[in-house]
Amino acid sequence: MFTFTIRRLILTVPTLLFISFVIFMIVKLSPSDPTGNLPLTIPSEVREQIREALGVNKPLIVQYGLWLKQFFWLEPRIYLEHAFGWDMGTAGEVRLISYQTRSPVMELIMQRMPQTLMVVGTAYLVGTLIALPIGIISAYKQYSVFDQLGTLVSMIGFSVPPFFSGVLVIVLFSVMIPSDSFFWLPSIYDTTHEVTDWESFKYQFRQMIMPVMVLALQITAQISRFTRASMLDNLNQDYVRTARAKGLKEQTVVLVHVLRNSMIPVVTVIALGIPSIFGGAIITEQVFKVNGLGQLLIIAIQGGDVPTVQTLTFIFAILIVLFNLIADVLYGILDPRIRYD
Amino acid sequence: MTDTTQAPAPRNQWWDVWDQYKTHKGALVGAVFFLTIILAVIFGPWLWGIDATHIDIRARNQGPSMAHPMGTDQLGRDTFARMMAGGRVSLAVGLTAMALALGLGTLVGVLAGYFKKLDGVLMRTTDLFLALPLLPLLLVIIMLFRDKLNAAFGPEGGIFILMVAAIGATSWMQTARIVRGDVLAIKEREFVLAARSIGTPNRRMITRHVLPNVMSPIMVSATLGIANAIITESALSFLGLGFPPDFPTWGRLLFDSVDYLQQYPERVMWPGLAISLTVLSVNYMGDGLRDALDPKIRGR
Repeated sequence: MFTFTIRRLILTVPTLLFISFVIFMIVKLSPSDPTGNLPLTIPSEVREQIREALGVNKPLIVQYGLWLKQFFWLEPRIYLEHAFGWDMGTAGEVRLISYQTRSPVMELIMQRMPQTLMVVGTAYLVGTLIALPIGIISAYKQYSVFDQLGTLVSMIGFSVPPFFSGVLVIVLFSVMIPSDSFFWLPSIYDTTHEVTDWESFKYQFRQMIMPVMVLALQITAQISRFTRASMLDNLNQDYVRTARAKGLKEQTVVLVHVLRNSMIPVVTVIALGIPSIFGGAIITEQVFKVNGLGQLLIIAIQGGDVPTVQTLTFIFAILIVLFNLIADVLYGILDPRIRYD
Repeated sequence: MTDTTQAPAPRNQWWDVWDQYKTHKGALVGAVFFLTIILAVIFGPWLWGIDATHIDIRARNQGPSMAHPMGTDQLGRDTFARMMAGGRVSLAVGLTAMALALGLGTLVGVLAGYFKKLDGVLMRTTDLFLALPLLPLLLVIIMLFRDKLNAAFGPEGGIFILMVAAIGATSWMQTARIVRGDVLAIKEREFVLAARSIGTPNRRMITRHVLPNVMSPIMVSATLGIANAIITESALSFLGLGFPPDFPTWGRLLFDSVDYLQQYPERVMWPGLAISLTVLSVNYMGDGLRDALDPKIRGR
């Protein structure tokens, strides 16, 4: 298992290099000009100097190498310096600077990260916690009313895109319900809000309900379907009959014997789904005006901010590769039959 | 004298598929709804007298009435006409992108499954594509290449080509993996061995023996592909990175209506419901097709 993990870990290096190269080339080969948004009154030689300062005139391979160095070598060291107060000799080095805000890209990302993690993380947790019981009961009572209802709900979760379900709940809870009512919910997520006492906690809770539920609907749809299928696979196995024949309680058979085995693929699916949720959160963040990573990406794309776009997209890619790895390793740990060595 | 114990007349297997498909109520309703939508967006604009771009500023911001069944927008354009015109674009993007993704996925899947030499390279490529963050990348591609293509093909043609190419190029991987798995299994079957023993060339082997046998997973992933493409197109339009404002699509209409959420909350319902119901019907069709095309279920 250990050698397998190491082998997989080494394999991620070329994968990440390839993906970073693809992202770099797409952004670089595009016809957009980083000085394109500057006023036309700037003389062309000054414009050329700006381009020089941004480093866009160097050969592509040099720019790519520089970006990689900044991303993998410089930024982690700066992070360590901040975290532990060590001096790692990063003082004079040039960090990756955003075209738009003139501040280091990584700092922008660090500022936005907590909001996204807060909303997305809660949504994922809530979605999974709702999905598991639904999946288990649907499988145990296959073709019952509950099962049909579960199917319908997950079909809706698959079919209603977040930009409609988000707008729909805003119409229902922010527009139709008067704002002094108990059921009214704020449609804009206030990220400057700080939780200090019970009242402010209640407000935080209320403003999180809608974005979290919108995201959780999608997650629930997927995971509950998967849990149901996995439970159904296991419920007809021989070992279940053996367990019942031994005279075990039905509860023990289902919740201990069947559930533990069914959870193996489900856990990996949960791990695989985490990065895709960050992508889906782009839309939800836009609907509820959460100033998280997704919104940063949209702003950067609209402003032609190449370093930010490049870095953010790459971070999303790293998440996908990382959670793929985690899912693979988890599968091996949980299911001894599929150990690869 | 007729023989009553004779087996029923041989008939096309697709009739069996249809018989099974009919038993799935959701799939049947979904198919009827999807066909209705397609017919409505193709023939609707001809039958409905009002043009989608016709501006009647005195009739702006109206609620539903006999003259305007879905009301009018802030410029007095008829929402019903815009919904039909928008559906035309959304469905065209969905169907074309699905066809592209399906073609690409089937090609890669069949090649990887059939030719052992290509398997490693193609499947590693597929895995790499699966590791790409698709929505961010789509946004980047659309934003960066929009102007160039617009200059070459006009504002509508350019964005249409870009949208279809981008969605198609980023959603073929699942099809490729499923098709490869099935081709690998079929390759080991006796009829393939028999065909090879009489000297069938590879090309005909694939078109005559392999492809017809992987049709069912391809058809199921086609329905999922339509749903995925429609949602992606609407999402891009919703983020303001889709078609130009005077060129309606469902996602664009939803995006425009969000600005008037306070005053006219009913306006977001039409495009939102259209997207959701279309995707729902396509998903149900896929569900029904999966059951109908599976011989193990069909026999029961």
